[in-house]
Amino acid sequence: MERKTKINAEDGKQELQITREFDLPVELLFKAYVEPEIVEQWMGTKVLKLDSCQHGGYRFETSDPEGNVLIRMNGTIHEFVPDAKITRTFEMENTPFPVQLEFLEFEKLDDETSKLTMQIVYRSVEHRDQMLQLPFAQGINMAHNRLQEVTAKLK
Amino acid sequence: MTAGAIASNFDTARPTVSRHLQILTECELLDQEQNGREIYYRINAKKMKEVAEFIEPFRKMWDDRFNKLETVMKKYKNK
Repeated sequence: MERKTKINAEDGKQELQITREFDLPVELLFKAYVEPEIVEQWMGTKVLKLDSCQHGGYRFETSDPEGNVLIRMNGTIHEFVPDAKITRTFEMENTPFPVQLEFLEFEKLDDETSKLTMQIVYRSVEHRDQMLQLPFAQGINMAHNRLQEVTAKLK
Repeated sequence: MTAGAIASNFDTARPTVSRHLQILTECELLDQEQNGREIYYRINAKKMKEVAEFIEPFRKMWDDRFNKLETVMKKYKNK
């Protein structure tokens, strides 16, 4: 499998960088971050609010298939330069994780391809490392749940 | 490989290479094996994999998201 998304998390730093190249013109890549109905499709979340502008903000909500709300996320948009830049905060509501700062840079490579660079700054190195482990923890949880389901059937 | 054999592959001074080998061994990325007067170093593939896999679920989460973004936008473009 081709590894298109790259993560650079230097040891001992309270930030990380995510880079990805897309087979999309930069205008379309940027649009995917701006249009609520498009954000919903690729993020798999419900968009409660999305004011894509300077001093704007957003609020997303993720539910399980039964409709129970799993998590709400929100943030404030600081910089907003169409097809070039979004600077925003990101916070998961009702979790012990503090707010993080995100710098998103959109770059045109040629007419058909583009690149996204995301720099995320965390409150501390420990918070960053916990965040890195989160999908892993979720994966384990899901595996456990699945295991419980399967074993429950065996009873 | 012995420290000497490893050092011969680098322009770095031999003591520097030894120091690096020592740290890599402390981190369990290398295994040491005493063979007479020589110490042989071997890569600890299991530990290497563990380190590489630390951020893999996080990377995969973003990769999946971005793959989806790409698919969604390609459809959007062709509309």
